[in-house]
Amino acid sequence: MNKTTLVLSSAVLASAFSSAAFARDSISIVGSSTVYPFATVVAERFGKTTDFSTPKIESTGSGGGFKLFCSGIGVQTPDVTNASRRMKVSEFESCQANGVTDIVEVLIGFDGIAVANSVNSTQYDMGVKDLYLALAKTVPNPANADELIENPYKLWSEINPALPAVDIEVLGPPPTSGTRDAFVELAMEGGCEQFPSVKALDKNEFKSVCHTMREDGAYVEAGENDNLIVQKLEANPNALGIFGFSFLEQNSDKVQSSIIDGYTADFDAIADGDYIISRPLYFYVKAQHVGTVPGIEEYLAEFTNEQAWGEDGYLADKGMIPLDDDLRSEIGTAVSNLEKLNLQ
Amino acid sequence: MSALEKTSSSATTERVKASLTKRYAAEKRFKFYGIFAISASIAFLFILLASIVSKGLPAFTQTYVKLDVSLTADALGIPENATRDELRKANFSGVIKSSMRERFPDVKKRKEKKELYGLISTGAQYDLFDLLIENPAVIGTDVSMWFMADDELSAVIKSKADLTNPDSLVTRLSDNQIAWAKDMQDAGEFDVRFNSTFFENGDSREPELAGIRAALMGSAFTLLITFALSFPIAVAAAIYLEEFAPQNRWTDIVEVNINNLAAVPSIVFGLLGLAVFINFFHLPRSAPVVGGIVLSLMTLPTIIISSRAALKAVPPSIREAARGLGASPLQVVTHHVLPLAMPGILTGTIIGLAQALGETAPLLMIGMVAFIVDIPASVTDAATVLPVQVFLWADSPERAFMEKTSAAIMVLLVFLILMNAIAVLLRKRFERRW
Repeated sequence: MNKTTLVLSSAVLASAFSSAAFARDSISIVGSSTVYPFATVVAERFGKTTDFSTPKIESTGSGGGFKLFCSGIGVQTPDVTNASRRMKVSEFESCQANGVTDIVEVLIGFDGIAVANSVNSTQYDMGVKDLYLALAKTVPNPANADELIENPYKLWSEINPALPAVDIEVLGPPPTSGTRDAFVELAMEGGCEQFPSVKALDKNEFKSVCHTMREDGAYVEAGENDNLIVQKLEANPNALGIFGFSFLEQNSDKVQSSIIDGYTADFDAIADGDYIISRPLYFYVKAQHVGTVPGIEEYLAEFTNEQAWGEDGYLADKGMIPLDDDLRSEIGTAVSNLEKLNLQ
Repeated sequence: MSALEKTSSSATTERVKASLTKRYAAEKRFKFYGIFAISASIAFLFILLASIVSKGLPAFTQTYVKLDVSLTADALGIPENATRDELRKANFSGVIKSSMRERFPDVKKRKEKKELYGLISTGAQYDLFDLLIENPAVIGTDVSMWFMADDELSAVIKSKADLTNPDSLVTRLSDNQIAWAKDMQDAGEFDVRFNSTFFENGDSREPELAGIRAALMGSAFTLLITFALSFPIAVAAAIYLEEFAPQNRWTDIVEVNINNLAAVPSIVFGLLGLAVFINFFHLPRSAPVVGGIVLSLMTLPTIIISSRAALKAVPPSIREAARGLGASPLQVVTHHVLPLAMPGILTGTIIGLAQALGETAPLLMIGMVAFIVDIPASVTDAATVLPVQVFLWADSPERAFMEKTSAAIMVLLVFLILMNAIAVLLRKRFERRW
């Protein structure tokens, strides 16, 4: 092969790769690992009950999902992204800048984060304040509330006399996990705010005090795999674990939820908003792809069908906490009209 | 021999004798270390394999439940001579639920009904749909069919646990459900069969419906691309470097770089694949074609290095003899050196491919870590691979996925052992020693 043919053939190859628009016949979904177990169920049903192919779902995390989703329009970009938090204004703007202007937002339900221990030990009854005192790196000095000191607590009973006198040992997710983010924001911050001296701090200091977990061994980063945490709780009755509600439900014979501010992490308490460590679940759809990629509207319809996201729907069976009736019908109508999201 | 020499030599002998026991002891210790190291690794391997096999074996069986369903058009909610689309919308789950209610007529409460329906896999409705598509004549008749049990029930039945004593069971089944299961067990309505679904289906969120077919096909397509790209390129590169290239600074640089590339962490190749093949050439995301290209970049250095070693091992006398008989340099290589080096080259290739088969990190970047239900039919379809499937199942909340995880590891190991066995066989059969 001489040089000209080499150059020519590689040029042909390159143009073949780039010009082939690889039309997609299946929906491409990315995003949060928390929504993944629910989105996959819907996708599977959708694939089995329609003639469309089953959507492909990647678990990239909420942030990673938005990045891919907002990277542009066209079949090489995903059609849907799942998120365990609302889209940020900055992400919305980056979407707009890249031509992703028609976004449909769908709030699908809630997910609870459970604090649990083995069924063979006593159930803990505490508040987010106790969780903060047990897990934060710096806490207010018990003698002088204005002073912040390194966490001195070793036993649960030192924090709250009603709790057992066992060593504080909590297994939880590492900082890369969305569950950790949500736990820190909902439980730790919630506990923090109950101390006037901490609440009075400026925004950055408040964040560093409330969001930093202790590193002296009382909080153990047990990896992203929630199954592993459940197994460790079974083996160690003195430890508490932090993981998603669906794992609590699937292992209800092995682990029990602690009572947080009066409520255990159960279906009704999360749905009514009484159990405070819970977060909303969303997905976002690129309306500009409707018509280009087949099945998007039908996928939306499947997701917002009573059989799926309703109170007795199959998503509830998988551990998602459904929205209340009014909100469901309101969002359902907005979705069927493909109403555009505007965050500006 | 003078007296002086004699004493000195006897002194040496003395010293040697004195140190002899120490040296023997050292040798013994060394031997013991070696044996200890080997037995420790064998023990670890055994523990690992035993735990995987013992956890994974139950995944190869599946419990079926016998149900009598009445397929009246009324109950199904379909018109006469329903089309495929109308059949799709038929109320299969309603039919199954009513047959469950008939089986246990005492169940009246809402919550109890829900528990009852939970005993049968959601896959049952797809089975019914398939039946109606295959044989529309059954509409309007009563059929007795075996349906898959739900994962929790299936696990209890498979473990041959004693259902009369619900407290001894480690399960999420309620006491009601266990009582019903006992009733059905006594009536012989359970059957534990080989789980062919595991080899026929793609991924699923219902453990009893999940299979490895999609991941297996994805792995096959990916490896096909990897082999088709890396083998010819690597062999050509090795032949050029070993047989034709002049020894100068350029070839030295190339050689050093090939050795360095072999040590680059695989995730780097994934990032490269994302930037070049997906973002620049716009190849489809999650497709085996991109996975194959990325993995072939990763395996190229391995194959080049082993191919060069194989070529180097062919004695120069073969080349000289061929040349002496008038063969051109190309003929020397293609007629004599390459065939003799082939077993070594193939061994290197297979080991490189086996490495690629177990790789997940680079595939994460190019979107092959994904939930894939449909079985890929070509290299541009969205797909995933075996090790990724293991990872995804290990992360699922449903407990029955634990056995699937181990079963998938077993399938992956079988393929790795097969590939390595082929490599050993090739070496044994065709290798020539000089």
